[in-house]
Amino acid sequence: MRLLTGLSVMVALLFVASLLVGPAGIGPGESLAALFAGDRGPLTLVMREIRLPRAMLAVMIGGSLGLAGAAMQGYLRNPLAEPGLIGVSGSAAFGAVLAIHTGAAAAFALALPVAALVGAGLGVLIVMALAGPRGTSLTLILAGVAVSALAAALTSLVLNLSPNPFAANEIIFWMLGSLADRSMTHVWLALPFMVIGWLLLSRLGRGLDALTLGEDAAQAMGIRLQHLRLGLVGGVTCVVGAGTAVAGAIGFVGLVVPHILRPWVGAHPSRLLWASALGGAAMVLAADIAVRMILPERDLKLGVVTAIIGAPLFLHLILKLRQERI
Amino acid sequence: MTLLSVSDLSVSLHGREVLRDVSFEIGTQELVGLIGPNGAGKTTLMRAALGLLPFEGRSTIAAMPEDARAKHAAWLPQAREIAWPVTVETVVMLGRIPHVSSVQKPTEADRAAVDEALAQMDLADMRQRPATQLSGGEQARVLIARTIAQQTDLLMADEPVAGLDPAHQIATMQSFKALTAKGKSCLVSLHDLGLAARHCTRIIMLGQGGLVADGAPSQVLTEARVAEIFGIAAWYQDTDQGPIFQPLDVVR
Repeated sequence: MRLLTGLSVMVALLFVASLLVGPAGIGPGESLAALFAGDRGPLTLVMREIRLPRAMLAVMIGGSLGLAGAAMQGYLRNPLAEPGLIGVSGSAAFGAVLAIHTGAAAAFALALPVAALVGAGLGVLIVMALAGPRGTSLTLILAGVAVSALAAALTSLVLNLSPNPFAANEIIFWMLGSLADRSMTHVWLALPFMVIGWLLLSRLGRGLDALTLGEDAAQAMGIRLQHLRLGLVGGVTCVVGAGTAVAGAIGFVGLVVPHILRPWVGAHPSRLLWASALGGAAMVLAADIAVRMILPERDLKLGVVTAIIGAPLFLHLILKLRQERI
Repeated sequence: MTLLSVSDLSVSLHGREVLRDVSFEIGTQELVGLIGPNGAGKTTLMRAALGLLPFEGRSTIAAMPEDARAKHAAWLPQAREIAWPVTVETVVMLGRIPHVSSVQKPTEADRAAVDEALAQMDLADMRQRPATQLSGGEQARVLIARTIAQQTDLLMADEPVAGLDPAHQIATMQSFKALTAKGKSCLVSLHDLGLAARHCTRIIMLGQGGLVADGAPSQVLTEARVAEIFGIAAWYQDTDQGPIFQPLDVVR
């Protein structure tokens, strides 16, 4: 309980900080006043149309990645699992890349996120068809790896065939993941999917706890594994698909956050779900603030920063794990 | 009262028939040992009876809805899996999952069930230790305690005493016996025929793709049957200190 309170306070503080950081160089008091003031001045516009959606998306996407990561690790009983494992982020990225390549993204603002959502949905349908209705967690991973590999290959093909370096550049930059220049439209597009996904994932706690003892024991304790798997895949698809659609691929959050927080919740898979959601929101908010503070003029990408933070942290965890095993 | 009734149960795995037409019933206050050589289908029989495997025939508990079955029969799989470094107490509390909406909010009754199970398996002083740091035998006891905490009428365990030291093997069998005194029953697969002969009220012997014998230990563990099914010669005697079964030699 204390952990959840602490994490909530951290998320709230980082959210406010995120609202206050930007190139416009406005004082904190002034910014917050403008956010709540009803006037149609330029300051209010900056706060409401640029900074608020950015901070909201950071919370939504970070929370989603943390929650989905904790659910995936719990289901697969593997601390190295991450939300992209079932092919969602790969196929969403491919959908988005196609939209950029065909010019649809330039013609119609929402074409890119919608194409990404369609890609995520199709990718996961293929994964579920490959894994079969009664398959084990291993078949799910294999199907996910196969679809991820195919999506990555097709994305490379599109890059290969891109008509000019600018188009290729645009695709690569999009794939790095960013929250810059997103609008409230993006928030409203992603939010319904994310809410559905959060609901699906939040109902998995009991089953994930039971899975601590293995699939056979969990099933004998009354857990319907097929329902659990559908809930997991559906939930991860909704939250990660929507997140990738509006912000590109942001890696390492779903992998590292549950891993860091696990000792804090006594390794309970169900308690880890919400702790990871808050932890993920905090990490993405912090990374997105860092993006704007470190190199404000160079448009540093969010996915790059989470990877730079995440990878060494991950190495540290591996070293710790190795010491424990001896 | 019948706690489990299996009739004409047949199982085929990977196109090979593992069990054919197995029928038996388990009433109250029975400690049933399920014996048979490797590959005789002990695990398959128990998993099919629970409805964890597709099968032909009838099993009363496989026909139950999942939630009701989980309150009626507990299952200890052979693979001793504890995926996360949770405490011993937490693992045992997982046995309460069929009774609660979330193990995060246990009631007094749940705590009492966990305390009792921990005491029975001699684990009370390691309840706060991470279960993954215990030895294999200790983990096995933790997982047995989990099934006991489930407080079901029927407990099915797949080789529960494998890997335990002699004292804890005997203590575990006595714990199962103590459950039968409360009107419950246990179906336990065993490789240690001596342990089965001494502690079980009844033995079911599997072999040659089906049920070979079902009855009191002295009736099931005959010289001829043990030689035919297990390929061993053995010494069996009812002594003042209870029945003693000791395998002696391989006969084929």
